[in-house]
Amino acid sequence: MADAGATDLEAFRGEARAWIAANFPPSLKGGTSLLLRDDGRKATPEQDAWRKAVGEKGWGAPSWPKAYGGGGLSREEAGVLQQELNRVGAYNPIISLGTVMFGPTLLEYGTEAQKLEHIPPIVRGEVLWCQGFSEPGAGSDLASLQMKAEDKGDHFVLNGQKIWTSGAQFADWCFCLIRTDTSKKQDGISFVLLPIHQPGVEVRPIPLISGASLFCEMFFTDAIAQKKDLVGPLNGGWAVGKRLLQHERSGLSGGGTSTLFGTATPLDVLAKTYVGTDEQGRIADADLRSRIMAYAIDMRAYQQTATRAMLEAKSNAGPSAAISIMKNAGARLTKRRADLAIEILGSQGLGWEGAEYTDDEIIAIRGWLFGRASTIFGGTDEVQDNIIAKRILGLPDPAKGVGP
Amino acid sequence: MAVLSEEQSMLRDAAKSWVQERSPVTAFRKMRDSGVAVGYDADAWNEMAAMGWAGVIVPEDHGGSNFGYLSLGLVLEELGRTLTASPLLASALGAASALILGGSDAQKEAWLPKIAEGAAVGALAIDEGPHHAPDRAAATYTDGMLSGRKVFVLEGMAADILVVSARGSDGVGLYLVRGDDPGVTRNRLSLADSRGAANITFSDAAAEPLSGGYELVEKVLDRVRAGLAAEMLGSATQAFETTLDYLKVRVQFGQVIGSFQALQHRAAKMFTELELARSAVEAALAAIDADSPETPELVSLAKAKMGDTFHLVSNEMIQMHGGIGMTDAHDAGFYLKRARAAEAAFGNQAFHRDRYARIHGY
Repeated sequence: MADAGATDLEAFRGEARAWIAANFPPSLKGGTSLLLRDDGRKATPEQDAWRKAVGEKGWGAPSWPKAYGGGGLSREEAGVLQQELNRVGAYNPIISLGTVMFGPTLLEYGTEAQKLEHIPPIVRGEVLWCQGFSEPGAGSDLASLQMKAEDKGDHFVLNGQKIWTSGAQFADWCFCLIRTDTSKKQDGISFVLLPIHQPGVEVRPIPLISGASLFCEMFFTDAIAQKKDLVGPLNGGWAVGKRLLQHERSGLSGGGTSTLFGTATPLDVLAKTYVGTDEQGRIADADLRSRIMAYAIDMRAYQQTATRAMLEAKSNAGPSAAISIMKNAGARLTKRRADLAIEILGSQGLGWEGAEYTDDEIIAIRGWLFGRASTIFGGTDEVQDNIIAKRILGLPDPAKGVGP
Repeated sequence: MAVLSEEQSMLRDAAKSWVQERSPVTAFRKMRDSGVAVGYDADAWNEMAAMGWAGVIVPEDHGGSNFGYLSLGLVLEELGRTLTASPLLASALGAASALILGGSDAQKEAWLPKIAEGAAVGALAIDEGPHHAPDRAAATYTDGMLSGRKVFVLEGMAADILVVSARGSDGVGLYLVRGDDPGVTRNRLSLADSRGAANITFSDAAAEPLSGGYELVEKVLDRVRAGLAAEMLGSATQAFETTLDYLKVRVQFGQVIGSFQALQHRAAKMFTELELARSAVEAALAAIDADSPETPELVSLAKAKMGDTFHLVSNEMIQMHGGIGMTDAHDAGFYLKRARAAEAAFGNQAFHRDRYARIHGY
């Protein structure tokens, strides 16, 4: 890297640090974006002020173009901004389905008018989006979706059902895959945007085994979608949808310690607390200790792979093949960690609610339960393994018969 | 399946048809949604007792049928299939075993007939921390009084008679404490798997010793562990069969998903593990009936193997059902939650692997 670039980057670091110091309320330290889990309507005045400040600055989507309200930062500058946020325990209050999945897809495939209409409200955290992809009969086999779309000239009339739409109960708009040609499979699908606050759309949250309802069923009865809101060509929505799923999968391959998937307390700390230590200060249960270490080693290798993939993507021409393993590797680690946490907590990890359990214990089991879905949503483990086997390893598809 | 006597086959068949007719998983769901404090349906328990199931291991002169642990295991297995909530394990197996093995004639006469007819519920209060460690009981017994705190007491809310481990002048042993003793304070647990349970504090509660010392504690625990493993076998078997049925009907990519070899192999692996686990569970129950000196190691083998198997099958049940298995409206979550709770109860896999190693001097 040239010295001049490094100097600029340090100048930007100073600017970011000063701006965060002037705008981030210290009381919010350690928080997360409300827009990932609900509509932010329950925001405190501090949370609201922080969202507005970041939204106006465009730094909630730091590398998106300024023309659409984004930060216009280079990738390096966006990285520095994140470092500066982390340094003081601040967070990006704008992160949502819109910034992680929908926005990047619309920036790539949308018309100029669509970008000008939809991107700025996402950057300001004012409009929330949900994803209408899966149907009861179209899960892993997404391309078999049946949502009926009648062509009425300037608009479509939609009838059918979507399922597993994250956050639909809080969303304003839905990006949706619909069937516009019944004679073809992938090539009969279109990608359309529609407002969900209309008479033909009913949203019902689905109670999950964790007690939460993060996903919804959506029922469409003569719902209206305008043709101007098609993204990509008519019957050309599959490519747009697949691109969006790539953004979803890279967003989901965290393998991390979000409390959505259980307790954030380090496993070794939990084990020493709940299982105890031997006279040398080691976790008292040697069997458990070796399994915690095996997890820790795999988690470290996962993080090393994420770093390697990033460096290779920067230096080489194309994306690293390592990217393809990240969703499955991450989701499996998420589940393994939650399973270990529940085992470590023993009978304190089995509570559903009540005063006999701490908040962290309840988070551990609810997150363990919700985390079972991490190998299901956004493309199941099995579908991801098929992608690796066929696209990366070049193994034949049995459905296509024998021979190369 | 073990080679059963004609009477055992009849008992198992009776349990199977009662469970199908009177206690499907929908009954468990209804019980959960009702929020009933004891954690089971009293009418169903009365029916079970009327069929003699609460007296299967109780000697005939105390109102039971003296039919043995393998026989009771058959009933527990059938109940486990539909997650039927009842005090059968804690009372008719746990407390009854303690009284049979360690009770005086007067203690047996006072409690066994009532337990055998389901009129009284007994429970075992052993653990004091989040992990099973029966040899480290800190509760104390002095001059007829017991004090201490016990956690994760299954059927602790319903119990009329508590069998409590505590440290007396000769080390850790078992004691009887009446549930209505003024020194007993219970806090109901709301468990993820909806089984009835309590944390219980004893403050100078009136207690009577059972005879047998620490050896009795382990003997009673081994019987409960084997009984729980039998229940887990039923639950895991049903979880597997429900999943297998789904593989045969769910269509994606134009074919039933059970036609995919990746899933076929995982189903075959589960079947393999279940067959192995069944052998271990039946061997443990048979060893108890034969009063075999190998009982402790066979019980630890069964609980560890069954724990791993139920863990595997319950995880696969969710994964193979996909999104629908994640919904509360589906039964998969019930089996998943029960699996982890049953794994943790009376020693998890790590505990029993370690115990197996110690018995063998590894």
